[in-house]
Amino acid sequence: MSEILRYEHVDISYNGVKVIKDVSFTVSEGEILGIVGESGSGKSTLIKAAMGLLGDTGLVTRGDIWYKGKNLPDLSAGELRKLNGPELGMIFQYAGSSFCPIRTVGAQLYESMTEHFDMPREHFFARALDMLEKIGFENGQRILDSYPFELSGGMQQRVGIAAAMLLNPSVLLADEPTSALDVSVQKQVVEEMLLVRRSFGTSIVLVTHNIGVIGAMVDKVLVMKNGEMVEYGETQQVLNNPKEDYTRLLMSAVPKLKR
Amino acid sequence: MKEPTVRVQKIKKDTIKTRLIFFGALALALLLCSVFCEHLTPYDPYVQDLKNAKAPPSLEHLFGTDRYGRDMLSRVIVGSRTSIFSTLLLVGIVTALGTMVGVFCGWHGKWIDTVLMRISDMFLAFPGLVFAMAVAGVLGGGLQNAIIALVAISWPKYARIARSQTLAQKETPYLKAARLSGSGTWKIIFKHILPNIIGPILVTSMLDIGTMMMELAGLSFLGLGAKPPTAEWGSMMSDARSLLSSVPWVTLAPGFAIFISVMIFNLLGDTIRDYADPKSGGR
Amino acid sequence: MRSPYRITHAAFLTSPPGGYFIKIFLKKAKKYPPPGLPLWLGIAYNFTVRFGYLCKVGENNVRKYVIQRLIQLIPVLIGITFLSFAMMRMAGSDAITEMYGDKGAVAQEVIDAKRAELGLDKPFVQQYFSWLGGMLTGDMGKSYVSGRDVFKTFTSKLPATLLLTALSILMTIVISIPLGVLAAVRHDKLTDYLLRFLSFIGNSLPNFFVAMLLMELLAIKLGWLPVISNGTTVKSAIMPTLTLAIAMSAKYMRQVRATVLEELNKDYVTGAQARGVRSRVILWRSVLKSSMLTIITLLALSIGSLLGGTAIIESIFMWDGVGKLAVDAITMRDYPLIQSYVVWMAIIYVLVNLITDLLYHALDPRIRLGVSEG
Repeated sequence: MSEILRYEHVDISYNGVKVIKDVSFTVSEGEILGIVGESGSGKSTLIKAAMGLLGDTGLVTRGDIWYKGKNLPDLSAGELRKLNGPELGMIFQYAGSSFCPIRTVGAQLYESMTEHFDMPREHFFARALDMLEKIGFENGQRILDSYPFELSGGMQQRVGIAAAMLLNPSVLLADEPTSALDVSVQKQVVEEMLLVRRSFGTSIVLVTHNIGVIGAMVDKVLVMKNGEMVEYGETQQVLNNPKEDYTRLLMSAVPKLKR
Repeated sequence: MKEPTVRVQKIKKDTIKTRLIFFGALALALLLCSVFCEHLTPYDPYVQDLKNAKAPPSLEHLFGTDRYGRDMLSRVIVGSRTSIFSTLLLVGIVTALGTMVGVFCGWHGKWIDTVLMRISDMFLAFPGLVFAMAVAGVLGGGLQNAIIALVAISWPKYARIARSQTLAQKETPYLKAARLSGSGTWKIIFKHILPNIIGPILVTSMLDIGTMMMELAGLSFLGLGAKPPTAEWGSMMSDARSLLSSVPWVTLAPGFAIFISVMIFNLLGDTIRDYADPKSGGR
Repeated sequence: MRSPYRITHAAFLTSPPGGYFIKIFLKKAKKYPPPGLPLWLGIAYNFTVRFGYLCKVGENNVRKYVIQRLIQLIPVLIGITFLSFAMMRMAGSDAITEMYGDKGAVAQEVIDAKRAELGLDKPFVQQYFSWLGGMLTGDMGKSYVSGRDVFKTFTSKLPATLLLTALSILMTIVISIPLGVLAAVRHDKLTDYLLRFLSFIGNSLPNFFVAMLLMELLAIKLGWLPVISNGTTVKSAIMPTLTLAIAMSAKYMRQVRATVLEELNKDYVTGAQARGVRSRVILWRSVLKSSMLTIITLLALSIGSLLGGTAIIESIFMWDGVGKLAVDAITMRDYPLIQSYVVWMAIIYVLVNLITDLLYHALDPRIRLGVSEG
């Protein structure tokens, strides 16, 4: 497996305050990397940096993020914009609020498609319906005609996955996609992400604080604390045999369920 | 392996404290000027000197003289008493009155709340200045009546803020605890509610100073506020209106005095708002 | 089942002659404007259809809301009229003292007779209701000064004021919305600082000062425009419009900037960026569309201060509208005129606010579909 995304000694600062210190990792094709850590450890910042979503005040002050031979922090806004979507996709914690509330879902999906590809309307809608069906929506047309607030949290999350996958990115960055959901819906979303990897071969970077999700779907784990990486390795190895005290602490904080 | 790239980040400095001190000092200077205005004037602002009428600005008369030969600089300085001092008085009265009504409504609730709030609805239904003009017109001109008119149109806004804040406070656990432990109404209102709600109210009143100053000057300009010969910026401008092209300094001096004072108070109000609510980020 | 296109009483009340039109129109209306229409006609179509849908049965919560708002209007209107009436009475002088006050020696019998004739000897509340009845039928008494019918004088001057107001709003929109959006987009850059500085200046200039400066510059120094208006012409409208628009734009630009800035900081903007949508497209299609709701409301709210502002400006520029009429009436203590001015301005203001509110509801799908956020 060849590597597709590589972070090298990345520092990130917000208005002069360093929040990420010297983080390096790689993601290979078709691999799922999990990033865990408590809230405020800088997990989300780390993946937002790849897509240039740090806002006006945030900057990758040191290090490089390599994607297919391009150094992402050095790209202009225009170049980065072209990568966002068809190359790098993102799912948010609250996917519903990543859509404008006063426009229909269909209109916004069509918009992001036409921003990258020339595609006739009918062609697009056929494809969108197909994708929604794959994700498990029976009545896709209704979803497309809805406003985001008309969908339930779980539906919004799955529409978020569909929205990202419509553009068929090589890497899917997921920012706590299951944290705001009920346990039963969490499972559904996890399964859909696994389905995405199976059917499209997409690499996934999954940011979460849910160790259970990590155990269920992730190949490699990166443990973060206060903006620094604590541990990085194969999932089974890290989970069964943590080297650092902090990782052990994080593991023991997970409530154990007996089957 | 290649060394990691280093990028320099521009850091936005937080200037809010400097701004606060700077505009605060300017506003304080204006206030002091309006309090001690009699002692600051180079000439008597009311003494006419017809020989020296309509003199252009010079070293002797920095802002020139008006058509009766009165020194404009002195008149503008004395005018600050009426303009700035009455505005602050006005804002103070409105804030106190509105807060009292609002806290009372929020605390008491029931029918008194409904009645008072419907009354404030009615006042809010009038376009502000139209109503103020009518009130001032009915009461007759004069600074006092202009202030009453502006109080009449401005209190509902404060009452609303105070009421909603009081209602929010009433729901907080600590206040419920205070009530259960048997503190008296007055003690609760003064020791627990007022200190907690006064912040947003004061910010609103700081932001209103500039507007009120202009409205008061506007009423005076229409002849519904201070009357000549009292030195008041609005009425001074109205008085010299016809002379604008021949003796521009007589209108420009009070005009710029209003402009600068309003600007200072607006900037101060804005800074205080940013300081109290950093999220509003320079809006 | 009730016909979905039945027009409610509310619709009749909002637009009595328009009700039937809406009914016929809605029967034929489709969700999207017919193809081939120019853009502005398409937008107008959309507005009309949505407003029409508001009034039709089926979207029950919205219909209820419209009716509720109209019912709420009644006490407010009664309050406004009562307050205006009471205020004039409280002034302590009535028509009689105004008429005979200066002359001093008028026989008490004459005064009493006149009082009875004008109904001023009746109880206060009764006077109010007869006055209210008169007002509703367009009989608002006669001017103390000129003796002319107040309502006729008022309605003859109203168009000039409405024209001035409309022009100022138009100019404000043209100036402040683009500049406000620009300032928001260039947040914390030089353009933003410059525009904010300008708006601060505009905000701190009293409108009568602006009026005088413009008069001096445009009319006296440059001689482009008449100093005072000579009739209701475009040329004489320029300066008063400009004066009102400067103050209003300064205030409004800041509000537009704040609104757009708030929208720009919302998650959906990041979401669209993550999907690779160009910032220009995000701004035009999503951000501005969302901001417009707030921007329209804010504009309507500022109409109140504009209506008050017209009075000063009209009398400075001698623009022959109701504002100047009112200022003159105030100096002459011509109470019936002041009264009608206050009442009608308040009614106009209330109606503008109502229409804005309904428009807001018609445009926002969250409210139109009866879903509360959260």
